[in-house]
Amino acid sequence: MKDVRLRKYHSAAWDEPLVMEMGTKGERGIIPPKAAKEVAEKLGDALDLLPAGMRREKSMNLPEISQYHVLQHYLRLSQMTLGMDLGSDIGEGTCTMKYSPKMHEQVVNSSKFADLHPKQPAETLQGILEIVYGLEQYLKQISGMSKFTFQPGGGSHATYTNACLIRKYHEARGELATRDEVITTIFSHPCDGATPATAGFKVITLMPDENGYPDLEALKAIVSERTAGIMFTNPEDTGIFNPKVAEYVKVVHDAGGLCFYDQANANGIMGMARAFDAGFDACHFNLHKTFSSPHGCEGPAAGAYGVREELGKYLPAPTVEFDGTRYYLDYDRPESIGKVRSFLGNLECVIKAYAWIRSMGAEGIKTAAQISVLNNNYLDKLLLNIKGVTRPYAEGKRRLEQARYSLGDVKEATGVGTAEIRNRFSDFGIQGYWMSHHPWIVPEPFTPEPCETYSREDLDYWAAALEQCVKEAYEDPEFVMNAPHAMGNTKILDDSLAEDPDRWACTYRAYKKKSK
Amino acid sequence: MNKKTFVHPYIPNSAPEVKAAMMEAVGISDLEDLYSEIPEHLRFQGELDLPEPMMAEYELRRHLEETLAKNVTCKDHLSFLGGGCWQHYVPAVVDEIVNRAEFVTAYCGGTYADLGKFQARFEFYSMLAEMLDVDAVSEPIYDWGAAAGMSIRMASRLTGRNEVLIPENVSPERMAQIRTLCQPEIMPNSIKITLAGIDKATGGVDIEKLKNKLSENVAAVYFEVPGFFGNVEKNAREISLLAKSVGAQSVVGVDPVSLGVIAPPASYGADIICGDLQSIGMHMLCGGGQSGFIAFRDEAPYLAECPLAIYTIAETAVPGQYAYAEVLPERTSYEARDKAKDWVGTASGLWTIGAAVYMALMGPQGMREIGETILYNSNYAKQLIGEIKGVKVLFDTSFKEFVANFDDTGKTVAEINKALEGKKIFGGLDLSADFPSLGNSALFCVTEIHTKQDIDKLAAALKEVLK
Repeated sequence: MKDVRLRKYHSAAWDEPLVMEMGTKGERGIIPPKAAKEVAEKLGDALDLLPAGMRREKSMNLPEISQYHVLQHYLRLSQMTLGMDLGSDIGEGTCTMKYSPKMHEQVVNSSKFADLHPKQPAETLQGILEIVYGLEQYLKQISGMSKFTFQPGGGSHATYTNACLIRKYHEARGELATRDEVITTIFSHPCDGATPATAGFKVITLMPDENGYPDLEALKAIVSERTAGIMFTNPEDTGIFNPKVAEYVKVVHDAGGLCFYDQANANGIMGMARAFDAGFDACHFNLHKTFSSPHGCEGPAAGAYGVREELGKYLPAPTVEFDGTRYYLDYDRPESIGKVRSFLGNLECVIKAYAWIRSMGAEGIKTAAQISVLNNNYLDKLLLNIKGVTRPYAEGKRRLEQARYSLGDVKEATGVGTAEIRNRFSDFGIQGYWMSHHPWIVPEPFTPEPCETYSREDLDYWAAALEQCVKEAYEDPEFVMNAPHAMGNTKILDDSLAEDPDRWACTYRAYKKKSK
Repeated sequence: MNKKTFVHPYIPNSAPEVKAAMMEAVGISDLEDLYSEIPEHLRFQGELDLPEPMMAEYELRRHLEETLAKNVTCKDHLSFLGGGCWQHYVPAVVDEIVNRAEFVTAYCGGTYADLGKFQARFEFYSMLAEMLDVDAVSEPIYDWGAAAGMSIRMASRLTGRNEVLIPENVSPERMAQIRTLCQPEIMPNSIKITLAGIDKATGGVDIEKLKNKLSENVAAVYFEVPGFFGNVEKNAREISLLAKSVGAQSVVGVDPVSLGVIAPPASYGADIICGDLQSIGMHMLCGGGQSGFIAFRDEAPYLAECPLAIYTIAETAVPGQYAYAEVLPERTSYEARDKAKDWVGTASGLWTIGAAVYMALMGPQGMREIGETILYNSNYAKQLIGEIKGVKVLFDTSFKEFVANFDDTGKTVAEINKALEGKKIFGGLDLSADFPSLGNSALFCVTEIHTKQDIDKLAAALKEVLK
């Protein structure tokens, strides 16, 4: 690692008031078009067109602010947001924070997409349908699956779609009454447990064995005629690839269940290993992670959900089809699970994913995967040289695109935990890291994912910043406990209010009432 | 292509020199060695059958633009399509802000590093709460249908009951999503969906039928203002009271752009409110601008049953300076996994910032004015079309959308729309398949973006088509 000079960073601190406290009565931000004079004259008072008792009488306490000041306010708030483009999001593991090409944004913002209505005749949607169909063909290649839907509006929504498909599959076979259990693993995303539970299944969660893999013997012991399916990741959030994954699939298949591969962590294995080849029945990709669509403050997002040929009939309606000349929407899907989202999903994400794959090609996709794993293994070496950083499980085995580390030793020695170090971390101009989903099996966790976007300098910087934070924890724990120090804001006084109905305030009006 | 020299602008460490140095640091001589943990039988042996990469940005842009140019948009044609995705004006300042790189690329960063995002989000909750006249608003979910389904599931958990009454004037798209979230009845946490019936004259809820179906099993009555047909429910207060009379929740779906002129749902007794933000600041994006919200009174049981994240404002060490913290996080799936209230995940966060900017720009006066314009324009169109021979307009009140029946014209909606398309008009949404009881009908959407000339043009074109 080269010598790293840590930035003397300070975030923008506009000390910006809440928008509710801005402006003066009578100011206007924008004036909407008025109806034509003849129209208004013909119809009389607009409110008389509504039933009595349904007209708004209570005034609406929205702010009244001129346009310049609305713009200025939100520009300032944007400056007070680090975001991936400015911040280097190596820390947000499991999220694959990769560069989202600007050209894609500009194309999606063009009228030729932005001004489309999803219920236009298919003949007038040929361009967008061609892109949807095209992306489906590419993802079929990357996964080995036979049919995709892009209706799910996020990764968890895709796992929910899968839970609905498992339900439909067993219902169609007349076995749903008995097959009421779905299995997941503790290092899979929480949605792999939550979404089958929402769909009405009992959920069984496998814990790791001593090597960090989901326990295969335990799996064999719990499958039965009640097993509806399994939903899990590989590599799991630990970054450890489970080499026996096909055996897990076989165990569940032999019991009559379906196997779903949550591919939120696919970035390191694209083009290297496919869900279909490991025997899975279904999988999903997050287009806003692996395929470059930006995260947009948590959406819009898209979960591309794909299945084997024999399960294609269950996918949500409509699907996009091609008859050799024209693209069309197929609503005639009698065995479909129904709908999980209105219309066709977030097609802005579909265009961006399509564009990214077209820019990469087969070689580029493989290169992106390989470099993301190379980056992670490089960063791994740097992090494991830092005093107090450990990496539980699977000693001596390579991690793929991410890894889960522990600051448990630091906490024990200094009292400073991962949450406090995370607060201090952003003082160096990089986004605070993702710790872990719950529960924390790994004590005081953090989970970086240095995908192919990042340069060696970025990786060196990230490790150096962490080293500095840990050093400070040993030398001056109080300083770290009181972090952040270079943010626009200081630490929350008392976060117990988040559990107290008398003090929490989810809106400004609630705050005004409660702070009286 | 020579594999050794594949260098991509999005992959800095694909450059040979740095790649070699890093491989040396990691102790490998071949990138394939990184995958030693993946056994041979699971390794993909072939080449992905993908098109050759377009590595020149211009080349790819050209391809994308040429492909999208095959679309005909609602700016190329005059459009009267609505039904849950609506054509409204998006103020330039909204576009300016939602395209800021910081907001476009932020994710679940910390309360301090992404403070501006949290403040913008809190302002969104606060302004939407003013429009709805309630004190608590959740993080967004995928769309109105998901929000409606989750609201009904909240009501089921709150009441310990498992039946919902829904009138037939709800969007088929939304009903399909609600059905996915509530059914099938064999599942232990399922919710029975009972159709409540609608009144033929108003398109609203049939109160007598509703009364007959109410029972102590009912967790919620779900209805919408305006309804899918654009009808404005005149019995909203009575419906809420009836729901409460059996201990059920009144769950109401709203279109927020109507709230400057239509009464806020809390005023007629709504307990849980849901809807879609697309109408207040989002482009149509072929259905990609949807964003569902859930709101309720600031009472602990509601917050405790809401599956979506909720944030509170919190004071910091500096007086007058705020930060934001998650309320009761242990109930969400991020913490409770399968024991959570449904699930939460990445959904449509950017659109809450668009909606915040929209509401801040519009202010109370702008919201009232846009509501008035939409009332005028849609009712003007309804009158004009109702005057065409053979055309009947259904239901007595309308906001933004209305139903026209063509049974007596001798033409199907499909035929009419095909002919309108020839005149560069997208006609109303064909309802004949989803609502056979309405006969050969279409749903027309008219907003503030339509001028009198646009509406006159539609009426003239219809007259000609129906001659």
